[in-house]
Amino acid sequence: MGIYSLLSASWMLLLDAPDVAFTEAAVGAGVSTVLILVTLFLTSPVDKDSGRKRLLPLLVVVITGAALAYGTLDMPEVGDPNAPNVIYVAPRYLEQSPSEIGIPNVVTSVLASYRGYDTLGETAVILTAGIGVILLLARTRRKDGPVARDPPRSENRLSLLRVVTGVLLPYILLLALYVQFHGDYGPGGGFQAGVIFAAAFILYSLVFGYPSARRVVPSGSLRFLMALGLLLYIGVGVWALLEGGEFLNYSALDPHHPSHGQHLGIFLIELGVGITVAATITAIFFSFARRTQP
Amino acid sequence: MTALEITRDVLGWVFLLGGSVLSIAGGIGLLRFPDFYTRIHAGGLTDTGGAGLVMAGLLVQSDSLLVAVKLVIVLFFLFLTGPTATHALARAALTAGVKPLLAPESEEDDPSTT
Amino acid sequence: MFAAATIAVLITMSLALVRAMLGPTVFDRILALNMFGTKTVLFISVLGFLLGRPDFLDLALVYALMNFIGVVAVLRYFQARAREDSEGQEGG
Repeated sequence: MGIYSLLSASWMLLLDAPDVAFTEAAVGAGVSTVLILVTLFLTSPVDKDSGRKRLLPLLVVVITGAALAYGTLDMPEVGDPNAPNVIYVAPRYLEQSPSEIGIPNVVTSVLASYRGYDTLGETAVILTAGIGVILLLARTRRKDGPVARDPPRSENRLSLLRVVTGVLLPYILLLALYVQFHGDYGPGGGFQAGVIFAAAFILYSLVFGYPSARRVVPSGSLRFLMALGLLLYIGVGVWALLEGGEFLNYSALDPHHPSHGQHLGIFLIELGVGITVAATITAIFFSFARRTQP
Repeated sequence: MTALEITRDVLGWVFLLGGSVLSIAGGIGLLRFPDFYTRIHAGGLTDTGGAGLVMAGLLVQSDSLLVAVKLVIVLFFLFLTGPTATHALARAALTAGVKPLLAPESEEDDPSTT
Repeated sequence: MFAAATIAVLITMSLALVRAMLGPTVFDRILALNMFGTKTVLFISVLGFLLGRPDFLDLALVYALMNFIGVVAVLRYFQARAREDSEGQEGG
């Protein structure tokens, strides 16, 4: 699975889409692999027969899927040069971005400003997914389930793995910060930075054990942070409203210099995205990991 | 072409070629060596060594200081994590009971238990 | 010259892939995965130079990190499983 994700990331790179490749590399190769492994550990290799036939959910899924497929029939063909988004929308973004927003990375300007609503929705979705996972996995472990403990004391406190990981962790966090703030200029931004940030905590938990990790990040703080990011995002939008502009129109944030307003707005919402993503992914991992404890 | 450019290109070719050959050799070794522990040698060593050479080649060819610094950072990271990963891997295999091809048959001959 | 290096790296990657599919033990596969990951990092770096976009290096760095975490995770998984099994045998 790690390999598949690597291949996808390479392919995306070849298509000249480094930001997407970035996110794919971070999420697919790292986080997804870890989550699948924990799931494998927690479940038995054999499927349990659930007994009743689940007809209703199947029906719902099929109908929804069919409706969505029907909706796509109306959309223009992939790569159609006459599609409305190619004629009107894309050129406007590409041409106007330098003067209206003024940051080199157009992907970020589209994601964070022109399509700010979408990104707000995505962030909310991530938060919701995280909440869902936490709720689903909240039951305490049954006595007969599998258990993983802190690595036994027989494993040297100063084993090579621990030492190297210890050295690396601060730099990983530094990398996360770099990616977060460099998103205006190169590939990167809130999502990718959030994932890297979470990866640092996941690594710590893998090497030093879940109980130690829990001591570093208590669940209360984690949940607070999850919501904080989204709140920050919405807050920026509201601020724009209060300044007399539309919701999420960053130009209103600094009436004398609209592009400064854009910079400020993008900075803040990316930060919000980064915080929520980092906290949510860590929380999801912890929810899984908690189930491996007695 | 100035002397500097020629030197850079030559060095670049040498390093990149060397690194590529080393990597491919490692790949072949991975497939042809008889057992797991020898394969670790093939894989781990050439991975890090090949990466080092290739990166050195890129370094020599880099246009700006920023790029060079980033290359060094990536290289440093690989040097640190590569051997650590193979070490942890070998250790895990050992505790899981994977035996080297030439493992001693009896307890007396085994140096690790005496 | 970058093109040559790119091709060489790709070849190595496919070799590692074969080992990943063959490798009799799971550890062989993990080794192949680790190698594949490092080669991908190289691939991204060289590709960046080839296409004239050195900001690919940031990606290479993140990739290297993820590869490491992935290997550590897999190892922990097998360790935990092995401990699980041996405890089950002792107690059961």
